[in-house]
Amino acid sequence: MPIQYYITLAIVLFCIGVVGVLTRRNAIIIFMCVELMLNAVNLMLVAFSKMHHGAALAANPNTIAGVEAQLFVFFIMVVAAAEVSVGLAIIVMMYRNTHSVDVNFLNRLKH
Amino acid sequence: MSTTEILFWFLSALALAGATMVLISKNPIHSILWLIVVFFAISGHYVLLNAQFLAIVNIIVYAGAIMVLFLFVVMLMNLNSDTEPQKNNWLKIAGAISGGSLMLIMVDVVRSAAELQNKTAMVKEGNIGLIKNLGKVLFTDYIVPFEIASVLFLSAMVGAVVIGKKESGEPANM
Repeated sequence: MPIQYYITLAIVLFCIGVVGVLTRRNAIIIFMCVELMLNAVNLMLVAFSKMHHGAALAANPNTIAGVEAQLFVFFIMVVAAAEVSVGLAIIVMMYRNTHSVDVNFLNRLKH
Repeated sequence: MSTTEILFWFLSALALAGATMVLISKNPIHSILWLIVVFFAISGHYVLLNAQFLAIVNIIVYAGAIMVLFLFVVMLMNLNSDTEPQKNNWLKIAGAISGGSLMLIMVDVVRSAAELQNKTAMVKEGNIGLIKNLGKVLFTDYIVPFEIASVLFLSAMVGAVVIGKKESGEPANM
């Protein structure tokens, strides 16, 4: 598969996430769009990993070039899981204070 | 058109349609379910690229754990109706235009980049995505970041509990 197909797919997914963050006002949906952007980046990293592996395989049949990108994706997933737990706790706290998850109510640092 | 290409286009269309439905669904629960569809499509892409470990981890962590957490929070808050009074159409138009401009610029850069011409991602073969190779590298070269990740999880766990804890003086009205 040409690498440009994968990059274009990742870009379109990323931009859908950007539009979601910009247009939606529900904090949970904004958070989900951030997850969508992270996944678009993960997909592109895996595609690049396979691209470099394919190029290195021609020189050395036993190479493991490109394995670092997949480990990078693994660590992105780790950080995303930690981020989601803290972020959802913040959203629950926000709902408890304002009885809404609309981010337009969050225009003051102090109530 | 080979089977790989058919699968690629099918999974891409599924991911894009799911992402669009996440964006335009009024009901937050529908958004979450469509996002699970997107994650499964991306896992399908990983399988197609022979990154099998990441495909399984993507399903378990994202579709299994994170999305269930989202569903749990949405149902806990009883938000499963249209609670988003969206009356500002200009905001939507401005967001769509700015996101679309970003997409057009990046797609054009990718299409015209000389370094990316005639490069292909290896599909259906190559064994770096298998758990044996990933594990060898993870537990030798990357053992320190792996252990630091456990500290990160501990701090995230403590932070979530501290933030989500109800204050003692607060009335229990949730």
